This record gives sequence, structure tokens and C-alpha cells, in this order.
Amino acid sequence: MKILVAVKRVIDYNVRIRVLPDGSGVETDNVKMSMNPFDEIAVEEAIRLKEAGTASEVVAVSIGPARSQETIRTALAFGCDRGIHVQTEQPPEPLAVAKLLAGVVAAEEPGLVILGKQAIDDDSNQTGQMLAALLGWPQGTFASELVIGDGVFDVTREIDGGLETISINAPAIVTTDLRLNEPRYPSLPGIMKAKSKPIEAKTPADYSVDVAPRLETVTVAEPPPRPPGRMLESATELVQILREEKGVL
Amino acid sequence: MAVLVVAETDGANLPRGTLATITAALAIDPEVDVLVLDEQGDEASGAASGIVGVRSVIKAGGPGLAGNLAENLAPAVVEAARNYGYVLAPAGTWGKNLMPRVAAMLDVQQISDITEIVDGDTFIRPIYAGNALATVRSRDPVKVITVRGTAFAVAEAPGGSAAITAGPEVAAHDIARFVKRELSQSDRPELAAARIVISGGRGMGSGENFQLLDQLADKLGAAVGASRAAVDAGYVPNDFQVGQTGKVVAPELYIAVGISGAIQHLAGMKDSKVIVAINKDQEAPIFQVADYGLVGDLFKIVPEIADAL
Repeated sequence: MKILVAVKRVIDYNVRIRVLPDGSGVETDNVKMSMNPFDEIAVEEAIRLKEAGTASEVVAVSIGPARSQETIRTALAFGCDRGIHVQTEQPPEPLAVAKLLAGVVAAEEPGLVILGKQAIDDDSNQTGQMLAALLGWPQGTFASELVIGDGVFDVTREIDGGLETISINAPAIVTTDLRLNEPRYPSLPGIMKAKSKPIEAKTPADYSVDVAPRLETVTVAEPPPRPPGRMLESATELVQILREEKGVL
Repeated sequence: MAVLVVAETDGANLPRGTLATITAALAIDPEVDVLVLDEQGDEASGAASGIVGVRSVIKAGGPGLAGNLAENLAPAVVEAARNYGYVLAPAGTWGKNLMPRVAAMLDVQQISDITEIVDGDTFIRPIYAGNALATVRSRDPVKVITVRGTAFAVAEAPGGSAAITAGPEVAAHDIARFVKRELSQSDRPELAAARIVISGGRGMGSGENFQLLDQLADKLGAAVGASRAAVDAGYVPNDFQVGQTGKVVAPELYIAVGISGAIQHLAGMKDSKVIVAINKDQEAPIFQVADYGLVGDLFKIVPEIADAL
């Protein structure tokens, strides 16, 4: 079985986000970029399935500007076999990404596509579900466990208040939640090998997809600041304030 | 343009997120219909018809309702969505699973997790885990939207008397099957829904020391969370994690114990109404977002708080 994993280049989760003064977006120049953490989990899961002999090949695909290739290279260093880069000027919206991925799926015919449940930049949580809809495939979203059977995947899903298990037919879409696995760090030999692995260059035109945004970003703003806090002397004082002034106890 | 609210249901109780979504819907347009996709739809439909302002309740039927699978529900929502300008659902895991499938079938770009309505085309939503707020305008003819439950008041009920009509028949497709659901049987509230959250960080020193927080949580009816550092150190499981890569919470009271306040943790809790930080390092960044701070030994302060209650 071939597995396709989708990876996105995002601002590193440890970077403090700065909103641009003109409200057009957030600062990305000279900011550390990394693979979206949920996509790392997707890559790790695919690599484990390859190591277990379940997957025959793992292909990493990224959609975005030229430097998205760095993110594909990271996926290759983890152990993915090859990459596909669909180059766009800006990262497209989830619907356009899903359409491009549907094009990649049509060409590659994987048995399983694993994606992060959401990207930590726009926090949309849409692409996997949209891809499943476009392909008419079942979806195992927010997965915390994935068991591969004969033509079926048993997916344990993180839902509000607990867990749910569904059984879905192959081919299918799985999106990752935090508990699915703990991603490894790429090894030095892995990083060296990644340099010679192939990355195929594609454009939206190759898949006849219009990536023009449907949403217009009117403005991006800082959230309202929190009022300055107060240092207290004792636990008793704290309890009194929380109970009497704030009424939260 | 009329609004269709796709209701998440729980028997006769409509969850808070659904009630908040109806409030958001009424802020967009007074013509609000509620679609109930529940095997035991009579109870939920009855509850929905009692909500003030709801015009009508559409009760779906059919074998595809069992198991709550997006593969079955999405085509029914698409069918019901004809003649509506908006399709709204709560942004819990149920709505997050279902609605993008609906949006893609309608060929529209969903607007996720809105916290404010500017006008009929324009909405505010948090991005970067709430570190920035994006105002977005939709050009799509049908707007598919998920609503952050904590950002809108719950709709008033009872008092309404909306008619209940029969809606789409939901077919069961065999590509996906429900197996089982295991809801947490903890006496403590769920992290994302708790009114009070107490989280521990690396300063807790060990997993055993989290019992200190458990004891305080039991007194307060609070949920217990943790920073990524505490999870990485192996003190507690990953599902405790509050932060950008964990759960985003916004309780009435958040107590951060032995947490320095890494950016990725702050992203997961800084919308809490009241934040208390307890840390031995007075320079810890957590104090910059805290409303109240206590500098000192958490092993002394936490029991003192429990005693003072």
C-alpha cells in the first residue's frame, strides 16, 4: 500500500506571533518556520507503517511557496521516499489545497492519505475532511489510534468527552491528533539521504485547480491585551479575591 | 438569507455549543431553522422547537443517522441546505468533522470557529491559536460556518414554539461503520468544557506530585491540565496538554502551577477569564498574562489554597 502524507510549512510553534502594523497579516520574514506539528505526527505514522511492512512507499506532498521544499526535505529526512511540491505564491485556502491533493491522489493512487488535523497557522481544521468529500472516501479524523486491517482501517478518534472508534474502508483519509504517536527526530543519516531523494515540481495548472482565494482577509489584529496583573502575598488573599471580587469559586 | 443550524444533539439536551450557534445564527438573520440529525430525534427536536427565535425544526430520519458518521450525514446536510444562505454548526469535534465535508460538497470555503459577526459577509475568527484575530469576508453564495461556543451566549429556552417538520432521509453508506464510543467516566469535568482548570508544569517535579493538583481540583470541581513540558517529561499523558499543540481552553478560572509560560502554552489558555499563576521564579513569563500571581514554593502554596477554601 502506498501512503500519501500532506505536510505544511508554518511558523514554528515556539515563535511569538507578531501582527503586522498594517493589519495585513503576521510577520513571517526572518521567522523560524517548521513542519506543522500535526503533520509531523502524520509523517511519523506513515513511516511506522512502512517500517512494519504495511506500507510499500510513503510520498510527502506540500503545497505552497518555493521554501515549502524545505518541509518536504524534512519529511524525507524522517524517512519518506519521495516528495511532490505543488508550488503556489501563497499557501492556498483549505478547499483549494483539498482540490490539489485530490489531483495528486488521482495521479498517485495511494491506499491511505494521512494529514494533520489542522495547521497551527490558520487553525482551519478542514483539509482532510474536504479531501475525503471530493474523493468520496471515508474519513477518520482526529485519530489517536490507527489499526490497519484487510481493506479496512479501524480509527480511534478523539471526540469531545472521550473516544470513538470507527471502521472505514480503504482507500481512506486519516487526520492526526496529538496522541497518535510521538514523532522521532530525524537522524543524521536520514538527513543526508534526504538530500538525494527526488522532489517532483508541480503547479496548480497541472491539476487544473483554481487557487484564487474565496475569502478576503479584511484585517488581522492583535487580540485585546489583558489588563496588568497583581502580585499577591498569600494563598488566603488569593482565595478571598477569587471568591469575593471575582466570584469564580 | 435564511440560516440553517446543523444541531449537535445529546438526547433531550442541546449542548451549549448548539445553543450558542443558534444565538450566532439569529445575529445573522431572523429566519433560523434547525436541522436535527439524531437517531432519537424526537427529544432533540422537541428541545430545539422550544428555543426562542427558531422558525422551524427539520427532523431528519433514516438508517444513516446511527453512529453519527460524516460520510452519511454530509449528503443529508447538503440536501437540506438548499435555499439557505448560511449553514452553521458548533465548532466542537462533531461539527469540525462534519462541516468541511459539507462545504467541499457545496464547493465553498468554510469559515471555521468564528467568534464574532461583523456583518452578513464578514466574520472574525482566531488564528495562530488566538494570538491573532482575522476578519474575513466571504464571497461564497452559501456560507458554511462553524461557531466557537464560548464566544456567544446560549439561546433562550424554553419559550419558543417552532413547528417540527420531517426532513431528509439519511442513507447509510457502507464505506464507514461506527464501532464504539467510550466517553470519559471521570468525576472531573472535561478539560475543554471545565469552568475551572488547574494545570501543572515542569515545576511539579514528578507525576506523583500531580496528586496535589488532583486534590485541589476535587475541592473545586476543576479539570486538571498540564503544560507540554510536563507531558514531555512524562509526568502526565498527552491528553492533559493545554497549549497550541494541545487543547485550547477558556475557563472562568485557570490556575497555572509551576508553569513558566512558554508561548505555546499561553496560546492554549490566555483567553481564560481569570488567570492565576503560582511559580517560584518571579520573572516567569506566565506572570505577564496572569491576573493574580503568587511567587513561592508550589508545594506549600497549593495546600494552603486547598485549606483556605
